[in-house]
Amino acid sequence: MNKHSSAKKTPFWRDKRVIPILLQVIFAILVVLAGVFFFTNALGSMKQIGLVFGYDFLSKMAQFDIGDKLIEFTSTDTYGKAFIVGILNTIKVAFIGIILATILGFIVGISRLSNNWLAKTVATFYVEIFRNTPLLVQIFIWFYAVFLSLPVIENSINAFGLFFFSNRGTAIPWFDLTSSSLIWLILFLIGIVLSFVVWRVRLKQQVESGKRKFPLYWATATIIISLGITWLITSEYPLLLSVPEIAPRGFIGGYTIGPGFGALLVALVMYTASFIAEIVRGGIMAVSKGQVEAAKALGLKNSTILRLVILPQAIRIIIPPLTSQYLNLIKNSSLAAAVAYQELVGVGITVLSQTGKSIEVISIIILVYLSMSLLTSLLMNIFNKYTQLVER
Amino acid sequence: MANDELTTKQVSIPETAPPKTSIGVLGWLKENLFSSWINTILTVVFGTIVYLIVVNTIEWIFFKAEWYVISANFKLLMVGQYPVEELFRVWIAFTLISLLMGLSWGIWKGTMGHLTIAMTAIYIIVASLPFVLIETRIWLLVNIALIIATYFLGKRLTKFKKYILIGWFLMFPVTMILLSGFGVFDRVGTNLWGGFLLTLLIAIVAIVFSFPLGVLLALGRRSKLPVVKWFCVAYIELIRGVPLITILFVAQLMLPMFLGEGVNIDNVIRAMVGFTLFSAAYLAENIRGGLQSIPRGQFEAAEALGLNATFKTVFIILPQSLRAVIPAMVGQFIGIFKDTSLVAIVGLTDLLGMGKNIISNPEFLGTQMEVFLFVALVFLVFCNMMSYASRRLEGALGVGTR
Repeated sequence: MNKHSSAKKTPFWRDKRVIPILLQVIFAILVVLAGVFFFTNALGSMKQIGLVFGYDFLSKMAQFDIGDKLIEFTSTDTYGKAFIVGILNTIKVAFIGIILATILGFIVGISRLSNNWLAKTVATFYVEIFRNTPLLVQIFIWFYAVFLSLPVIENSINAFGLFFFSNRGTAIPWFDLTSSSLIWLILFLIGIVLSFVVWRVRLKQQVESGKRKFPLYWATATIIISLGITWLITSEYPLLLSVPEIAPRGFIGGYTIGPGFGALLVALVMYTASFIAEIVRGGIMAVSKGQVEAAKALGLKNSTILRLVILPQAIRIIIPPLTSQYLNLIKNSSLAAAVAYQELVGVGITVLSQTGKSIEVISIIILVYLSMSLLTSLLMNIFNKYTQLVER
Repeated sequence: MANDELTTKQVSIPETAPPKTSIGVLGWLKENLFSSWINTILTVVFGTIVYLIVVNTIEWIFFKAEWYVISANFKLLMVGQYPVEELFRVWIAFTLISLLMGLSWGIWKGTMGHLTIAMTAIYIIVASLPFVLIETRIWLLVNIALIIATYFLGKRLTKFKKYILIGWFLMFPVTMILLSGFGVFDRVGTNLWGGFLLTLLIAIVAIVFSFPLGVLLALGRRSKLPVVKWFCVAYIELIRGVPLITILFVAQLMLPMFLGEGVNIDNVIRAMVGFTLFSAAYLAENIRGGLQSIPRGQFEAAEALGLNATFKTVFIILPQSLRAVIPAMVGQFIGIFKDTSLVAIVGLTDLLGMGKNIISNPEFLGTQMEVFLFVALVFLVFCNMMSYASRRLEGALGVGTR
């Protein structure tokens, strides 16, 4: 009873149960007030220009064309489709960029720990120079000073008659699909599955019987036989090599990489690879020396030690920072806006300047990037779980 | 028996030098470049590539490149459109920094000394460039002399550490007043700021303002109040999930809309706001790492001493956690410094934007490589200086070593 009355005496602003709630309520009110303030202002200034908030512009006709596109797009298509083209372009540069940057980054990172002095020094210089220069400056150098400074298309630099470098783009040999490409693909996949099964069976037999059963040879033979059967069925090549040729208004055949895409891709790969190299180096250095020495004592070759002892352990340390580098690469691909490669942000800016719908356009961009980041983290987390140490 | 014979006979074998292939230049070559056939191939391949790159680069730098584009536009690249008659204000700001640097070099030595020497080296290099105006050269020489003089002064003033630190803190507002006027001098609008000066200013403003914001966000994210916590989590994750360029566009296009009529802020301030909001989210994550590294005992000890939440955070938790994440934060600052080049996309004339303007001038046609390489070089030098300082700091603080 007495206790109860003493609690009553405490004023509410000194009560430990009330203060947190009070603080949160005040905080929430402030945030909401700020939100309302911003939103009414935005609506007010939109009304002034004669704009209404809404996403119905997405079904209107886009009056611009996009240079690089993975799906058909003309200036009579809708804004919505323009955004899809932009998203696909972002995915394209991010996907190719991530693969190339990973390969280059691992090579440079391992070279930095090589016992060859020259390889080590070159790798160190590479990392120091490319890491400490802004990405946008690198993109500008590649775009303005390299890709756009190449000769005009008629005088393009020709390498082995296969590659053409010009200021309108770089043409590389590419493959054309034939009528039986799909059959080839299906049968090839079946062949791979079969050879994997054969490899597992032979490997199991080898382990159980202790005799050499050559699982790898058997697997290779299975693939070759399956390809031979496919050839007999279709009697056609799976793909036809198409070599570019110079035509008056661009290249015919092959695949033409536009200067914007080329500059963006090269710069992104070189820049991100320098960060990945440092991550790889750190990961390898974190593998304890005893492991390497033990492997050497077992008589393993250097390359085998790297492949079977160091990398599997280093990969566990490497993956989390590698994920954030991948996310950075995806986000950095938005710098394409500066070199006229129409990916998501580039399309967004064009749409924005045509329609004036800034809030809507930017909300779409933010939404797409957030979902791409979440998706990449998810994939990398799954991969991370797969490589983690299984502890008993 | 045979052994005894050998020892008693005192066979004297003349001292032979180690084989030529294991010492000296040859030995070094054999060990580091040709120790196995794989290494030999590597060396030959890398050697050819390096040779080609180096020879071509040197040939280009000394014979082909047209460096007049840099000399003709040096002022634009450094300070943009800043009026020539007001340039003395920029120089005064620099002189004040030189003064502080010299004093700090004398007092703290170590890393500060290396940085000051690097700064002096930059001054000397700029002063020895053939195309620099005579006034610039005089200012630079005064700066160099001042650094050296204040170094010796600083050596005797070791008791004044506190005042030097206060001086560094005051440096920011003083510089801002000097550059923009603020009623003391004639007003120089931010639309006239440009070149490397603008790059530096955006980076410094972003760093100075995002730091307190980052601390608040990090504390908020660890707060026990769910509303505050989720607000901070949402803010940090939203900002970190989108590219910087989107945030810059938001700041450029939507900030004026959000603030409504009456509030009119110019492009440069908008970019600065965008950078501050952006880097605060990243800094918050760094600082959160530091907060998480504080052992529970510290919290409990602070509570046992009867400190309230504010005192506990300000005097016990924050100093320790900030110290632990200084290297990470410097890394973040380098990132911000590099990212300032993005303002070129939203139409500001920072160092890179100015470079882009220059190459679009028909008078300087075909000099893209020279201009952008110069820009890259400036960034490279400053980023290297900062990362060098961060590495030294890491060593001095003993972070990462047990």
